Amino acid sequence: MDLSSINPILLVASIMVSATPILLAAIGEMVVEKSGVLNLGVEGMMITGAVVGFAVAVNSTSPAAGFLAAAVAGALLSLAFGVLTQFLLSNQVATGLGLTLVGLGMSSLIGKPYEGMKSPTLPKLDIPLLSDLPVVGRMLFSHDLMVYLSLVLVALVWAFLKYTRAGLILRAVGESHDSAHALGYKVVRIRLIAILFGGACAGLGGAYLSLVRVPQWTEGMTAGAGWIALAIVVFASWRAGRVAIGAYLFGGVTVLQLNLQAAGADVPVALLSASPYLVTIIVLVIISALGAHGAPASLGRPFHASS
Amino acid sequence: MIRLEKRPQPSRLWTILAPILAVLLTMFVGGLLFAALGANPFEAIRTIFWDPIFNAQFASFTRPQLLVKAAPLILIAIGLSIGFRAGIWNIGAEGQYIMGAICGAAAGLALYPSESVLIFPAMVIAGAFGGWVWAMIPAILKTRVGTNEILVSLMLVYVAETILGSVATGLLRNPEGRGFPGSRNFKQWDAAHNAEIFAGTGMHWGVVFAFIAVIGAYVLLTRHILGYNIRLTGEAPRAARFSGVRPARIVLICLGLSGLLAGMAGLFEVTGPAGQISIDFNSGYGFTAIIVAFLGRLNPIGILLAGLLMALTYIGGELAQLMLGVPGASIQLFQGMLLFFLLGVDVFTNYRLRIGRREIA
Repeated sequence: MDLSSINPILLVASIMVSATPILLAAIGEMVVEKSGVLNLGVEGMMITGAVVGFAVAVNSTSPAAGFLAAAVAGALLSLAFGVLTQFLLSNQVATGLGLTLVGLGMSSLIGKPYEGMKSPTLPKLDIPLLSDLPVVGRMLFSHDLMVYLSLVLVALVWAFLKYTRAGLILRAVGESHDSAHALGYKVVRIRLIAILFGGACAGLGGAYLSLVRVPQWTEGMTAGAGWIALAIVVFASWRAGRVAIGAYLFGGVTVLQLNLQAAGADVPVALLSASPYLVTIIVLVIISALGAHGAPASLGRPFHASS
Repeated sequence: MIRLEKRPQPSRLWTILAPILAVLLTMFVGGLLFAALGANPFEAIRTIFWDPIFNAQFASFTRPQLLVKAAPLILIAIGLSIGFRAGIWNIGAEGQYIMGAICGAAAGLALYPSESVLIFPAMVIAGAFGGWVWAMIPAILKTRVGTNEILVSLMLVYVAETILGSVATGLLRNPEGRGFPGSRNFKQWDAAHNAEIFAGTGMHWGVVFAFIAVIGAYVLLTRHILGYNIRLTGEAPRAARFSGVRPARIVLICLGLSGLLAGMAGLFEVTGPAGQISIDFNSGYGFTAIIVAFLGRLNPIGILLAGLLMALTYIGGELAQLMLGVPGASIQLFQGMLLFFLLGVDVFTNYRLRIGRREIA
């Protein structure tokens, strides 16, 4: 094995790229879960975002339009989930699974003509001055816009939940929808907005996969990224800052195992390919064993004003 | 003003009506989808739902396929439904199915080329064991440290897929296969071949076990104290605990049972219809079975019917692909839509629609 072939600067830079899609999806899902809704359809919304973003970017030759369309597509798909769970009071677990199945089917249907195509990619934003720094400049300050946007989004979500009145109401709805309802807050409306936000974020994350990270469309390309995003929310104990740490951790594992495979490490390839999933399980086990919970009290419970 | 009013008890009529309405809605929206794809919607729906059974020309080929495709779906869905009843969400049946197939096939291949009659039963047991072990991982993690079984069981699907890729190109590869990936073909080895019991019917051992599973689950859920405790755990977890039901035991039983059945389904598939362990012998039955379980109202008899219906959409979908050039992925979307509509329509089972002003209580 030749570890010297792994360039640490490129390694950190690619960790940031590989963490971004999971980070986007996870921060969106965290807001959804904070409002008391468990949407297991992240994978489906991500892959729909990936294919729609790719298709629109190819046809319009504008990656920005692709990202925008992906966010809209993710939000639309999540709206279906919202209507089913909020108005028709369906089981959230089952509906989320259904959303994933629908998303996977729809994406391969839309994506067929786009297989093997190349997409226009996002230009790198070299932040003036900072990107000229030795080592750190290449590592942290010469990425594309979405990498920074995802981090800004995390900060915004954190501030929104912690310091704003709207954030407080959102959390109240997630902790006890009956009390929030009694206080006169529109539980269903607030949850729907949260669900739409989560869908848009998952769509963006998917588009980042197909437009920047890979950048190509292949069927089933999210390969569980949406589920890892769900696991990260649990790992993060529903805190924005920890979501970022979790996403970068998993980005790190993914990139490291790819690098080790390329360097011909003396570890079975199957074990390396499975490592992101195994690490997810191990982390979940550790978090559960520590008992570091913090799940919103109404998470996954249906709300009906009569009861 | 339209509003929903909770029914004191789930409506019996709507329990049966909801799946039927969901199928009709899916046909309607699916028809629109096919029209948008440039196929005649009426022809497409007829090709999917009618032709596989009744078409004079090719129904004799497609009819046996119905049992072949329905058997794994029913076997897996029965196991899943028992867990779902208890509020235990095993969604990694696909992984258990793969691991069952690998373990069963490995056990058989270790004895190649013996022609003993005991080989096939031994493979079935090994397959069930493989699925059971794979399901025990989320089960034990849940009971010991309280990890979420949804995420763990799903992550293990991806792990199982990488293991499948690895053994298909390494450990279990056919030594006489000129380096191609994939194991020996079980169809050419009588002792391990899951052949049709009656030629031309599609009836193989997996179908027999699927029927046994349906009957067994029915008895378990309606006549046995364990089935009662499982349902109680799902509907009133607190009451179940007060009455002495140990939740950990229910988790282990439910996940174990579903893993066992999924593993068996995998073994029957790999020794029969699929024929060999290959990188992609699994065709997503573990995920489709989730739809089957819900469409069948988590009821064994319902699952039997739902499994047959879902098998029909698989076969009809292939036909539509062949005859009308409809893309294969549209069938997957079609199946997902079916689950969606069912979940939506299901509101009428538990709620009543009231039109008019709200009365002051």
